[in-house]
Order: sequence, then C-alpha cells, then structure tokens
Amino acid sequence: MWDYSEKVKEHFYNPKNAGAVDGANAIGDVGSLSCGDALRLTLKVDPETDVILDAGFQTFGCGSAIASSSALTEMVKGLTLDDALKISNQDIADFLDGLPPEKMHCSVMGREALQAAVANYRGEELEDDHEEGALICKCFAIDEVMVRDTIRANKLSTVEDVTNYTKAGGGCSACHEGIERVLTEELAARGEVFVAAPTKAKKKKAAPVVAAEPAPAPVTEAPVAPPKMSNLQRIRRIETVLAAIRPTLQRDNGDVELIDVDGKNIYVKLTGACTGCQMASMTLGGIQQRLIEELGEFVKVIPVSAAAHAQMEV
Amino acid sequence: MADVYLDNNATTRVDDEVVQAMLPFFTEQFGNPSSLHSFGNQVGLALKKARQSVQKLLGAEHDSEIIFTSCGTESDSTAILSALKAQPERKTVITTVVEHPAVLSLCDYLASEGYTVHKLPVDKKGRLDLDHYASLLDDDVAVVSVMWANNETGTLFPVEEMARMADEAGIMFHTDAVQAVGKVPIDLKNSAIHMLSLSGHKLHAPKGVGVLYLRRGTRFRPLLRGGHQERGRRAGTENAASIIAMGVAAERALEFMEHENTEVKRLRDKLEAGILAVVPHAFVTGDPDNRLPNTANIAFEYIEGEAILLLLNKVGIAASSGSACTSGSLEPSHVMRAMDIPYTAAHGTVRFSLSRYTTEEEIERVIREVPPIVAQLRKLSPYWSGSGPVEDPGKAFAPVYG
Repeated sequence: MWDYSEKVKEHFYNPKNAGAVDGANAIGDVGSLSCGDALRLTLKVDPETDVILDAGFQTFGCGSAIASSSALTEMVKGLTLDDALKISNQDIADFLDGLPPEKMHCSVMGREALQAAVANYRGEELEDDHEEGALICKCFAIDEVMVRDTIRANKLSTVEDVTNYTKAGGGCSACHEGIERVLTEELAARGEVFVAAPTKAKKKKAAPVVAAEPAPAPVTEAPVAPPKMSNLQRIRRIETVLAAIRPTLQRDNGDVELIDVDGKNIYVKLTGACTGCQMASMTLGGIQQRLIEELGEFVKVIPVSAAAHAQMEV
Repeated sequence: MADVYLDNNATTRVDDEVVQAMLPFFTEQFGNPSSLHSFGNQVGLALKKARQSVQKLLGAEHDSEIIFTSCGTESDSTAILSALKAQPERKTVITTVVEHPAVLSLCDYLASEGYTVHKLPVDKKGRLDLDHYASLLDDDVAVVSVMWANNETGTLFPVEEMARMADEAGIMFHTDAVQAVGKVPIDLKNSAIHMLSLSGHKLHAPKGVGVLYLRRGTRFRPLLRGGHQERGRRAGTENAASIIAMGVAAERALEFMEHENTEVKRLRDKLEAGILAVVPHAFVTGDPDNRLPNTANIAFEYIEGEAILLLLNKVGIAASSGSACTSGSLEPSHVMRAMDIPYTAAHGTVRFSLSRYTTEEEIERVIREVPPIVAQLRKLSPYWSGSGPVEDPGKAFAPVYG
C-alpha cells in the first residue's frame, strides 16, 4: 500500500467540507474517469469582496484524491479568488506533508478544480491544457507525455539529454528502458536512429567540476557560435539560453535567474520549487551543458543562494 | 481482534506443517544436493520426494516432468521463450487479453521484437470465443498460453479443450495455472497440455519457488543454462528448503481439495450474498457460474477501490482492488476493461479471496463492515445523491479534462 503521511490519512478518514455547498456560485468539475479520479468543487463567493465564504467537495477517487480535495477546501476558505488562485499543486501536497510521486496528480486535480471553479464564477472559458500519461520515471514523477513533448521540442536524442531537461531517469535509472523506447520512436519520427550511449560502469561527469582553469575541450566539437563575442553579446546569449530552459523549470514550479557573469563563471539563482530540490545539481548540470553548447566555450554554472548573493552585492 | 485476510489470490499464509518440514534444511541438512557426501545426499532424496508430491497434485505421468523454478513468472517466461527458441520458424503467440502481467508483459515485449501476438478477447462475463480461437491455429503459431483461472475474477477458462485443439493442430499449449492449482482438480496425464506454471506461495508454500510442468517429449530450450540441476533444464543450485516446502504444500493441497470446493465455496457464496443483499448498485464481475471456489470480485459502483481498501484496512480487513490507483497506473484493471465494465464500476472493484483458514466469524464480520464503508464513500461521490446515484450520472457529472 502507499506510504501516506499522517496528514493524508487524517484528511481521508475525516474529510473536511465534504458535500456540495448550499447556494454555491462557483462550480468546478475536473478529473478523468478513466484514471479513476474526478472532483466537483463548489464555492460560495461573496460577490462584493470576491472572498470565498464556503467551500465543499465531492470526489470519486482514491485516498489521496479525497485528502487533496479536503485539503484544498480548507486552504481556500477565507481567501479572495485571486489569492486562492496562487495556490499551486505543490502547496496542496505540502499542506498534506507530501504525496507519493504516483499520487501527485491528485494535487494537480485539486489545483485544476480551483481554476475551473473560478473560471465558472467569472464566466470565463477554461483552456484545456491538461495532459497526462503513464508515469515513466517514478523517482521524479515524470510521465510519458512530458518526456515525449520535451524530446520533440528540444530535439533530444539521448537518455542523458532527457534527464537533463526533465529529470526523468536521474534517479534509480530503472526507467531508462522506457526512455530509450520513447527516444527510439521519436527519433524514428524525425528520420533519425537512436544510438545508445556506450556502455560504461563509471559515467564521466557531464561537465568537470574543476574551477575555472584549465578549461578542457568543449564537449561539442566545432562550436557553432563565433568565438569572439562582446561582453554584452555574450550575456544576451546566456539570457536567451536561460529563457529557453525556463519553461521546463516553471512546469515544476521552479525558475532560474541570471545573477552575474564573471569570465567563465556564470552565477545563477534557482528559485521556487528548484530551491532545495534534490535534483538541483542535475538541473544545473543540464543548464551548464546547454550553455557550453550554445556559447561554444567552457563555462561553469555556479548556484548562488539568496543570502550569498545579498552578501556579494554589499 | 485479529485481522481478516481475504487476499489469498495475492499470496497465502505458509502452512504450519510446511514450515516444520522445511526448517531442518536450513541448519541440519544444508548440503548441496549435487554433492556426493552425506550432507548433500539426504537433500537430494528429499527433493525427489517433493518432486513426486507435485507430480501427484498435477496428475503428471512422470516425476521428471516437474521442473522447479523460482516463481510462477519464471515458469511462464521459460515456457513461452522455450517454445519460440525451439521452433524458430514459428513467429506467432496466442494468448488472451486477461492474462496475468507475467504473460502479458512478456507477449507485449515479444510483439515489439517482431513476433505476432494474438490476444483473444473476452465477453462481458470474461469468457472466450472458441470458434475465434480455432480460426487462429495455424502453422505459424509457436505456442498458445492461456491462464487456467483468472486471478482477479476467478473465471475458469476451458484450457483442457483449448489444449486439445492446439495439440491437434500441432501447436504447443502452455497454461498459467498459478491460481487454479490446489483449488481445482488437475489431471495432466489425461490432458493435452504441454506446459503448466504454478507458484508455491499461492498454495501455502513460501515465496520464491515455482514449478514448470513440461510434458515428456515436448521440445525445450532452457532459460537458464549452467549446471546439471533439474536435468539441465533449469540450471542453478536448488532452493532446497523451499522445494521441500513446495512438496509438503502439494500434499496438503490435495488433502484440502475437497474442503476448498465445499466449505470455502460455501463461505465465499455467503460473503457475496450477504454483501449484495445490503449494498445496492453492486455486482459480481466475471462468470459467477464457472469460477474458482475461493474468489469473489464485487464491483461497487460510483466509488473508487483504493478508498474502499484503505477503509477496510482501517477496520482490519485485507482485500485487493482493480482500481487504477492501487497499481499506480492510469487505467483500471485490464481484466475489468476487457470485460467492458464501465469506468464508474471498474475502479470500484474489490476482490475478496478466501483460503482454508477463512472462518465463518470472519465472513460475518466482513458482511457487517462493508456496507457502511461503501455508504460513507458514496456520500462523498459526485455521482451519488441521498440514497441512490444521481439521475443520469454520466450527464449530471461530466468533468472537463475527461
């Protein structure tokens, strides 16, 4: 059985705000019957102040779906609609002291129900951007749709690429067979052939951790970027690369910010869900790799914590 | 109050006599059966006896037709891969849509490797169409693999008849019988079955031991090559203690065969009738007239199985479910989908599987506990209102992102 937190169990065994709210003026129906999770969220909103006066849920779903629904109703009561919309699925999961990776979609469903209910109240059309596939990487809860989309959008061709962009496969590595299968299909679709990485017990680091010097030859041969760039050009280039990576991070409620560039050292700040994420170093490795390729030179990406940065500026 | 265990199709408690029989083989008679000295010799004799006990349970003609493996899955893989290796000119496998993943995942993998895989569909009661099956038996088929009894619903397939049909067409027939052995009488010498898989832990032996029955004369290619163990058909030092346990478990299964089909069946029927009499909008899945005596699979409409299991677990009752959530997949059980059970019911299926240890008091307790749990969850369901489902549930609640 799942390893549910005490908080999840508490909200499942004794759910709060079960049932539809009387006189509800905002209703959000979301979920997928095939997946076995569906939720109706009913809210009573004060038309004067936009404050949520009462919230109720009806859920067809598993223990964590019911617990997420219960948590959501507790969290939104008393908030204005705008403040309520700031609640992310991670916030719902955090409220419950975490959810197993396979169950994170339950918190996503809660977040979607809230959006749907607010859209319903405001008379807006809700854009259906919901996609969900079978989980490929159970360590980081990455599904097949996400892996496939990322491969397509970024023309990825190796398992390592996929790990750098999505985190999938960065843990126990049991899912590499599945990632290779998706890569094989996606590469075939664009007329290429998947070539597996050479077998090696000891993996070479994506980029060496040595300080600035002596810079080893860039991983990519024949850099495309012109060797001479003005400082400004170079920084703009770095900004462009980070901008391209940003959506991937934002999908996980994270973000990256360029702090400073000092020769080969590029200082960045990971924010949001990236902070404290055990995969942060993997993410940085991916960013570094990307920058090396784009700039055609060896650079070192160095994370800067908020505190350290404040000090630096003094 | 002790917990009630009604998940015997998942695994079973090891029989006390079985435990007693295997214990000396850890510390006193620990020798390698291949050794010449007295430490090993005694173990070899005990293995021979175990082999004969399994032979008797299966009604096999020769004890050399019994190959000990590590589990049912290994037996399934060995059988199917052997048939393909031994007959490289044949590239087709026939199986069913409701097989256990041990067979189904392997077949999917084989399909990705270029083999043709026919998965026989089932009707709403989980039954096969034998005319359709007959039409697929041709010279390209290397092996037919069909389960004897379904692990989720207990529905029995006519494997003896299907084996005869395959045999007449010159095609090997394998059956995954892990749920059937010990619950239905089996007489392999008078059948046309070439290969059969069974698993120790489903019949009160420990986990980690299985059997592949291989009819004498059936062409065979081992999965594991190495030593001469199991006559070179399954190399690797024997799991002696567990094989000896398997032998005693086989003897005990034969003793309890009658009990399974009378007393256990009576309790199962009582459980089912007791729940269905009180809980509306619930039904038995599979083919109730033709199934294992110990299995009851009930679909509770408009609620989800994992939630039911968690609440059952809270009151000390263990069962299992075909819901998507209990497996971590996104779809409910492939068996329920294959029978075209609607999603609102498929996610709410609960399997109660009994054993010879199940008592009348336990069954009465489950009959008492289930209805309020179902009612409690239905109160939370958007498909439920008051004492019945909402009118036209499909329309009243049609979530976006569906």
